[in-house]
Amino acid sequence: MEFSNELLEQAHYWMRLTRAFDDRLDLLFKQGKLVGGLFSQRGHEAISVGAALALGPDDVITPMHRDLGAYFARGMTPARLMSQYMGRATGPSGGRDANLHGCGDLSLGIVGFVSHIPQSTPVAVGMAHAFKLKREPRVALNFFGDGGSSEGLIHEALNWASLYQLPVVFIVENNQYAYSTPTKNQMRMPDIAARAAGYGMSGVVIDGNDFFAVHKTTKEAVERARGGDGPALLECKTMRMRGHAIHDNMSYVPKELLAEWEPRDPLLLFEKRLREMNLLDDVKQNELLTRIEREIDAAQAFAENAPMPDPSKLTEGIFAE
Amino acid sequence: MTWDSIIPRETKNEISRSARNDIAREDNARELTYLEAIRDALQYEMRRDPRGLVMGEDVGVFGGAFKLTQGLFEEFGEERVIDTPMSELCMVGAATGMAFMGLRPVVEMQFADFISTGFDSIVQFAATNHYRWGAPVPWVIRAPSGGGLRGGPFHSQNPEAWFVHAPGLKVVAPATPADARGLLLSALRDPNPVIYFEYKALYRSIRGNVPEGEEGIVPIGRAKTARAGNDLSIITYGAPLHEALKAADELARENVSVEILDLRSLKPLDTDAILETARKTSKVMIVHEANLTCGVGAEIAALISQHAFEFLDAPIVRLAAPDIPPPYAPILEDASRPNKEKILQAAKKLLAY
Ligand SMILES: Cc1ncc(C[n+]2csc(CCOP(=O)(O)OP(=O)(O)O)c2C)c(N)n1
Ligand SMILES: [Mg+2]
Repeated sequence: MEFSNELLEQAHYWMRLTRAFDDRLDLLFKQGKLVGGLFSQRGHEAISVGAALALGPDDVITPMHRDLGAYFARGMTPARLMSQYMGRATGPSGGRDANLHGCGDLSLGIVGFVSHIPQSTPVAVGMAHAFKLKREPRVALNFFGDGGSSEGLIHEALNWASLYQLPVVFIVENNQYAYSTPTKNQMRMPDIAARAAGYGMSGVVIDGNDFFAVHKTTKEAVERARGGDGPALLECKTMRMRGHAIHDNMSYVPKELLAEWEPRDPLLLFEKRLREMNLLDDVKQNELLTRIEREIDAAQAFAENAPMPDPSKLTEGIFAE
Repeated sequence: MTWDSIIPRETKNEISRSARNDIAREDNARELTYLEAIRDALQYEMRRDPRGLVMGEDVGVFGGAFKLTQGLFEEFGEERVIDTPMSELCMVGAATGMAFMGLRPVVEMQFADFISTGFDSIVQFAATNHYRWGAPVPWVIRAPSGGGLRGGPFHSQNPEAWFVHAPGLKVVAPATPADARGLLLSALRDPNPVIYFEYKALYRSIRGNVPEGEEGIVPIGRAKTARAGNDLSIITYGAPLHEALKAADELARENVSVEILDLRSLKPLDTDAILETARKTSKVMIVHEANLTCGVGAEIAALISQHAFEFLDAPIVRLAAPDIPPPYAPILEDASRPNKEKILQAAKKLLAY
């Protein structure tokens, strides 16, 4: 598969934006400017951006809590996302749901998730089912984690998707931990993708820190699904480089494991490749980082000046009219 | 036990007759059973709205465990009458996804009892969605509920209170063929997730005139005075309505005039109608088949005590199943369910208060 320069430039921008936004959120949290908890995205950028960029404009995603990059790549603006983290009226949930939860916008093909993992997975399956029934050439992309893979609903959803040969692609973000639980205490078999065989669908293990691998494999799976060849299960191996959420110092993660993954940072790997391809140099890199900082400054200013949700509307919208 | 075996022989013949293309009778009398009225609403709406589809276990080729969807598969085909695997949780989640993408799915739970396996998809995802980020979830879950068929603990439940308690769901529980059709049509056109409780015991035991076409659509949230009276109010819904009506007939012979309010919708509740009947008769009995504690009756009693206290001449009485799983042996099941005799007994005590 060819990677156009334009695609790589976009990917670079979204991944760097995700990293910088995540760093800014960390800072804002420490300054007491965010509401509630915060899930770090560090280590997941190649997966969320690489997979989301494999989609067309009419496709849909059901992201999880480490897919900030997918929100950006689908067109959700930093200003709206920052508003969401600050509980402002201008976020996608208008202050009603926390951080990336309930952060949906169907006009961008994004379904907001609930905490109850993996309740988004059957929703992706149902959207794909609708595409098939309506003969629409669209695909649904669902994300879940290694921990989520242990929930019984994953079995129901994979079986259903395979039974009806639906245009849905499942991305497993295996970051080796579910909160404090290492995957070896979550399952006996090393590869979640191996379960695909039991459902008669293809399963692929991918280096989740390699944008090129994630994007290429997802693109192939998406186009096969679109063409009527049914679902696929893609397992992206990565490492969660921070605690489960910001309160968690992850004392339970061996230092050597983190040290082993530090040089495999998805952004470093990606930028190394760009430099090898002569698509990136120090000047370009600095320009990009400066531009992104300015964009995030603007998003932060927007959110800080945005109105709080109106308590007099507390009970509005529980039902659609 | 096969559920086919509890369907009386005559109704089996009736089923195969009605399985023909159109269930409306040739003579246009439109006297339908409760079950036929539900089927009629599904068929009518699926003809009218190409977005409509039905899915569930055994609903297609087989026509459903109660043969309620019989004939729909033949008319609408496998893409609109979908036989699914045994996966209620995924089924509800998939219905949500379909609804997001412009379809109008109806999920049939084979028995209301099994709805618990879909709980997260219903109360966490679908129910909260519009409030959280504004996307409506227009689906309907049909839940065949209630006892009287000797189904035992797991084929007789009345789990409506769980869903009434969950913000974001509408909950309806029709008791007559006309309301069964009229409320299902409203549910199918509502932009919100609606749980539609239907009563197995009424499927073939109750028949009545059922309007056609766009006639007789029953708005969600409106109760109906099933019988007007002055001495005592019985507030009920679902299968016990018919026991209450029988009890009221008997009391009428003793010159006691009973008012019966059939709630029809449990969420939203018709608070005005509830308070109105309480103020009118000053004596209130609430009857439901579900067990007592934190049941719908508790909410109604609370509403009345808060807003119509000064009108009451006696404490509010709740008649419900005890807090036990529905038992199997006929003698036990009968002892657990509200019926005409128990209603009469309680009414007499209340009248004498
Ligand atoms: C059904 C359910 N149980 C428990 C939780 C609490 N919880 C939130 S995230 C999480 C771990 C998730 O692990 P994984 O799926 O691997 O995703 P990761 O956070 O590692 O990206 C848990 C246990 C939850 N959200 N949902
Ligand atoms: Mg994990």
